[in-house]
Amino acid sequence: MKDPYNVIITGVGGQGNVLAARILGNIMAAKGCNVTIGETFGASQRGGSVMSHLRISAKTVFSPQIPKGQADLVVALEPAESIRVMAGYGNMNVKVLSNTRSIYPVGVICGEQNYPAIEEIKESLSGLCGEMHFIPATDEAVKLGHAILGNVMMIGAVAGLGVLPFDESDFEKVMAGYVSGTKMAVNLKAFEKGREMVKNK
Amino acid sequence: MSVLTDKNAGKTALLMGNEALVRGALEAGVRVAAGYPGTPSSDIIENLAKVADERNIYVEWSVNEKVSLEVAAAGSFAGLRSLCVMKQNGVNVASDFLLHLALSGTRAGMVLIPCDDPGSISSVNEGESRHFARLVEVPLLEPGNFQEAREMVRWAFELSEQFRTLVMVRSVTRLSHASGNVTLGELPESDTKAYFRFDGNLLDAQTGPVITAPVPMRHANQQKKLKQIAEVFETSKFNTYTGPEKPELLIITSSACSLYSVEAVSLLKLEDRVGILKLGTTWPLPEKLVKSHITKAGAVLFVEEVLPFLEENVKVLALDSIEETGIKKYYGKINGTIPSVNEMNPDHVIKALTSIIGVEYSGMPADYEQKANIAMFTKAPARELTFCPGCPHRASFWSIHNSLAMDNRDGFVCGDIGCYTMAILGAGFNSIKTAHAMGSGTGIASGFGKLGMFGMEQPVVSVCGDSTFFHAGMPPLVNAIHNGSDMLMIILDNRGTAMTGFQPHPGLEVDAMGNRADATDIAEVCRALGATVVTSDPFDIAGTQEKLMDTIENGKGARVMILRQICALSPEKKGKKQYEVTVDTSLCRGTDCGCDRLCTRVFRCPGLVWNKAGGHAQIDEIICAGCGVCTDICPAGAIKRSEVTK
Repeated sequence: MKDPYNVIITGVGGQGNVLAARILGNIMAAKGCNVTIGETFGASQRGGSVMSHLRISAKTVFSPQIPKGQADLVVALEPAESIRVMAGYGNMNVKVLSNTRSIYPVGVICGEQNYPAIEEIKESLSGLCGEMHFIPATDEAVKLGHAILGNVMMIGAVAGLGVLPFDESDFEKVMAGYVSGTKMAVNLKAFEKGREMVKNK
Repeated sequence: MSVLTDKNAGKTALLMGNEALVRGALEAGVRVAAGYPGTPSSDIIENLAKVADERNIYVEWSVNEKVSLEVAAAGSFAGLRSLCVMKQNGVNVASDFLLHLALSGTRAGMVLIPCDDPGSISSVNEGESRHFARLVEVPLLEPGNFQEAREMVRWAFELSEQFRTLVMVRSVTRLSHASGNVTLGELPESDTKAYFRFDGNLLDAQTGPVITAPVPMRHANQQKKLKQIAEVFETSKFNTYTGPEKPELLIITSSACSLYSVEAVSLLKLEDRVGILKLGTTWPLPEKLVKSHITKAGAVLFVEEVLPFLEENVKVLALDSIEETGIKKYYGKINGTIPSVNEMNPDHVIKALTSIIGVEYSGMPADYEQKANIAMFTKAPARELTFCPGCPHRASFWSIHNSLAMDNRDGFVCGDIGCYTMAILGAGFNSIKTAHAMGSGTGIASGFGKLGMFGMEQPVVSVCGDSTFFHAGMPPLVNAIHNGSDMLMIILDNRGTAMTGFQPHPGLEVDAMGNRADATDIAEVCRALGATVVTSDPFDIAGTQEKLMDTIENGKGARVMILRQICALSPEKKGKKQYEVTVDTSLCRGTDCGCDRLCTRVFRCPGLVWNKAGGHAQIDEIICAGCGVCTDICPAGAIKRSEVTK
């Protein structure tokens, strides 16, 4: 693992970004790493872009803000947000893991702005990163019963990429602090589905 | 069990900065905690409320910050360790009592945690609370990481008790709302009985009355305490130095900026040339420590957020001791090396270091940056802030905007702080034309409403939230009534302190700890003050506009209208749809004639999408909250709603 390993989880207010960052952070802290998570919320429930910065280090405490151009992994809960992150933190080695479900900004809803087709997003992104994986996390999560499970799928996909040393049992230990026993099964199913989706590409 | 009350001392957990501050207070045996909600501080009182029963603590959301400081002070006067929490501009509200409390002194340990918001990420100002420590003469601590946040609060209580003075522990957004590893300490058991002693000598603040007189004596006493505290600070473990014995450049920093400084020095590989003096005790300064480091350094760079607080204080010290420290070059906010506004990050420190030392660094190649920026501008459409789907404010401002437009006398709205501040934007049809402090919209409206004698004929409206009404909305309303100001105060009552996460306020039948509480009825208060009061449900567009038009056109003096509808995100409402909403595409006129997409172009609810290919509006089932208001917006009757049967 590169030290520090810098992860950005990006998305739109209301998608559960902060919780996803907490879960991933707790997994890595439980593995003995120093973890710093920088979160931006407040206006987050009002449709704005939301980013969490995770700094994972075996050595020391890092600041809650990743320096310019220094992201190692970008997890985008919303596809266009992955492009926004590149302008500040991207580089030609960064790995991008993106959900395919779009959330339209108000400007797009009201017909003033265009939202690019997913193929356009992929094309732009391909020139700005080392590798990228698009997975239909929200669509698969809806099949499992709730859109919010898409975030667990994205965490499963991070495990599937093999960039951070954690597996399903590490995830289960941390999730036990968030969900009751009956809901664990569906969360594990979502995690596994996410892992498969990047592995089977 | 919450990690906050975990008895396994020595265990390490990932805690949010605010949780680490809470853990420190619990380890210090805090008994009384009070505050007023405000990002990024709110989670501190919320977390304490959750463990109030378990840890035998009294926790309250007070009506405003000044009262919260008074409530906490009572705990200290009665021998209980007490905590008070607020955001940066809250300290301005509390500052009058703060000044007097510094003079009277405290008894059991008392700590004030102000959380500043550099870069105003969740604020409408970029206030600085540290100057209050110097202004009212109390000690100030600034944690530089998550572990220190826990340890420092615990120590602050001991320091406060030792010197019988309030101690400030200043946090910032990037600490309060960031998370990191924290090793837990011991939780104490305590059953101190509360008792307020007042039978002692008038001049003895520990046994007699707690007062500020005689002022010169107590003022001198407080200044003497600060001198003694400065001595304690000289050897505090929260002041650390890393770097060479004689650094070419010395960074003096505090708070989250210390982490940015460490990272910048490391990325530039300047560990052998640049030293970092991280101060945890920032007022009064540990003068000997600071002087000795300056003396050994070639030059000095201050890295801090908001105002140049450390920079000014250290420069005064350096001038006073110039024979010892020597003539040095100082860099910081004052000479423009560090940006004078907005929050800091590692890149700002890197830029300062490269300009001073002359090393090269690029975090992002220029061609990559250009390509990424083009991609962002063309492929990542901007996300304008807006009200949530189903938000009552969108409906309220729709009616307010339309009523003022129909009145046609250039009426306007004076606003203040809350989600509804977004009505300065398209989200609220650009209705708000002044926006300042809590309650200020109504105070300003009270002033505008007296300008008729100078020919002003514009209708004057203020908006104020329900929590804001209790916090700072009543005095300006009384002022407007008494002085006969022609204005309409609209109270946007969404049943809670919604923006910061539904903290209760005096209008609700529940308190911070979840116990049943007496509610104060806003309408009854306004009537008792002497205002005429009209109430309406903002989701009833026609009814609300009729009442608004009537009071705007025919009303004189100070009037109140209460628009009551529960927030769409409130726990009782979230996820429950009142209506199933659909668009009858055969009736939707789209851009062809008439309305020109009134629903998606102007009303702009995120749940309503313009289907370009089909040329009609449509509902986004996942986003729509089912409030049904858009049915009343559509002039063609194309948006249908049917009540959801439970």
